[in-house]
Amino acid sequence: MKVLVAVKRVVDYNVKVRAKADGTDVDLNNVKMSINPFCEIAVEEAVRLKEAGVATEVIAVSVGEKSCQEQIRTALALGADRGIQVETDGKVEPLVIAKLLKAVVDKEQPQLVILGKQSIDGDNNQTGQMLGALANMGQGTFASEIAVEGDKVNVIREIDGGLQTVSLSLPAIVTTDLRLNEPRYASLPNIMKAKKKQLDVYTPDDLGVAVTSHITQIKVEAPAERKAGITVKDVEELVDKLKNEAKIIS
Amino acid sequence: MSLDFDSARMANPNLREEHHEWRRQLRKFIDTEIMPYAEDWDEACHIPIELWPKAAAVGLLGLGYPEEFGGVREGIDSWHMWIANEELARIGVGGIPASLMVHGIGLPPVINWGSQALKEMVAPPVLSGAKHIALGITEPGGGSDVAQLATTAVRDGDHYIVNGSKTYITGGMRANWVSTAVRTGGEGAKGVSMLLIPTDAEGFSRTQLDKKQGWWASDTATLYFDNVRVPVENLIGEENQGFLVIMTNFNGERMGMAVSMEASGRVCLEEAAEWARERKTFGKRLADHQVIRHKIVQMKQKLNATQAYIRMCFESLEAGNANPGDIALLKVQASETMEFCAREAMQILGGIGYMRGSRVERIYREVRVNAIGGGSEEIMRDLAARQYGL
Repeated sequence: MKVLVAVKRVVDYNVKVRAKADGTDVDLNNVKMSINPFCEIAVEEAVRLKEAGVATEVIAVSVGEKSCQEQIRTALALGADRGIQVETDGKVEPLVIAKLLKAVVDKEQPQLVILGKQSIDGDNNQTGQMLGALANMGQGTFASEIAVEGDKVNVIREIDGGLQTVSLSLPAIVTTDLRLNEPRYASLPNIMKAKKKQLDVYTPDDLGVAVTSHITQIKVEAPAERKAGITVKDVEELVDKLKNEAKIIS
Repeated sequence: MSLDFDSARMANPNLREEHHEWRRQLRKFIDTEIMPYAEDWDEACHIPIELWPKAAAVGLLGLGYPEEFGGVREGIDSWHMWIANEELARIGVGGIPASLMVHGIGLPPVINWGSQALKEMVAPPVLSGAKHIALGITEPGGGSDVAQLATTAVRDGDHYIVNGSKTYITGGMRANWVSTAVRTGGEGAKGVSMLLIPTDAEGFSRTQLDKKQGWWASDTATLYFDNVRVPVENLIGEENQGFLVIMTNFNGERMGMAVSMEASGRVCLEEAAEWARERKTFGKRLADHQVIRHKIVQMKQKLNATQAYIRMCFESLEAGNANPGDIALLKVQASETMEFCAREAMQILGGIGYMRGSRVERIYREVRVNAIGGGSEEIMRDLAARQYGL
């Protein structure tokens, strides 16, 4: 079984993001970039499927500028077999990414596609669902457990108020939630081996997809800074302030 | 620029994506497997033995060693080494890298000078973290003056009979083997050999040196040899050629220490700058007082100089034209920088820095072992003066 995993290059989760002074975007100058944590979980799950003998090949795909090859190499170091980059310029919306991934799915014919439930930069939480619709595949989003049985994949989903188990016919789309697994560290030998693994580059033209834009970003600004707190003398003063100043109790 | 550990590291154009990836993965390993426990291990003067196989799995133990023994050497260069030593120093518990990576001084004599049989016996289990090796040079009667060492190995048929003692041996309590400097010939440097001594041999004993100023997590030991019989096949290199084996070991050790000292200084900078931004005195941030601002940027200035010097030495090592005098003085540059940064960070932190449990307090205690071990500042200057033909 072939498994396709999507990975995205995002600002590292440890970085405190800042808006550019002119408010046009987030400042990415000299900022540490990493693989999106949910995508890393997706790679780990695919590699585990391969180690368990369920998957035969794991392909990591990323859509983005040339620099996203670094994140594909990370996936290769974690155990993916080969990589695909769809080279795009500038911002690409979830719908276009889903269309590009659909074209890769058509080309590679994977039985299972695993994506992160969302990326920690845009937090859109759309690409997996859109890909499911475009490719006409069943989808199990927010997965906390995946089990492939015959021509089905059973996915335990994290939903409001509990867990839901769905059984999907393969081929299928799965998006990962935080508790699906804990990704491994890539060892130094595997980092060195990853350099030699195959990485194919396509353009949207190669895949017959037009990169269009439906969203205009108007302004990016930092959230308002919290005001300093005050110390109150006693409970009476606290209650008084909550009632009469903050007006949150009556 | 926020003067944290990463932003205070100047860009190095030699680094490629695979180096950055190595740092990312190694940091993740350290932050998960070591950082949360580091302080407890230091206080307990003990590192769990399970750490070695884990460090082997991530590629740390095998870094730079031949693939045939389980290492990874192809494509590995000085920059991978720099990153590894730097990230290990970031833990802020010097005894952990000292003990975990002690094979970095114990194993190269075997790899570079030992017989194939010796390498095959020792290297695979050491690099997989199953067994341990240490280096035994210093003796109770003398340290830096290697040519005067007094531990003897007298040939008796197909064995050497070893008598004497070694002290301040890092990793000595855990070691299964010790690459040991012994006297097989006459006086002076020409009578010294290197011998691999198994610690399960009859007549071998050891005691832990656990009352140290720093490096508490390290299992430093005194070793005793009482008529220990060692097969002649355990000779590392040729008989009476041990001095050469020892001397070629030093450049790598000193580079590793210099990297670790600069990174320790950078930890001090990070902690001091963060504190100075938060702490308010006399109505303003500590960082707004000129005396404190100047301390912080002076730390950065010295760290910058040391980083540039480290890079220059690694570049010359990569090019194969390194000057041992330059490397010896780099070690001095690094220990003086570490000492300065530890001192100034401690002054900035004040009372909280004096309390146990912070990286600065530990690094402060670990200045001297770095300024003395692997060649003291005085010996380094002397060596440099001779190298420069003064």
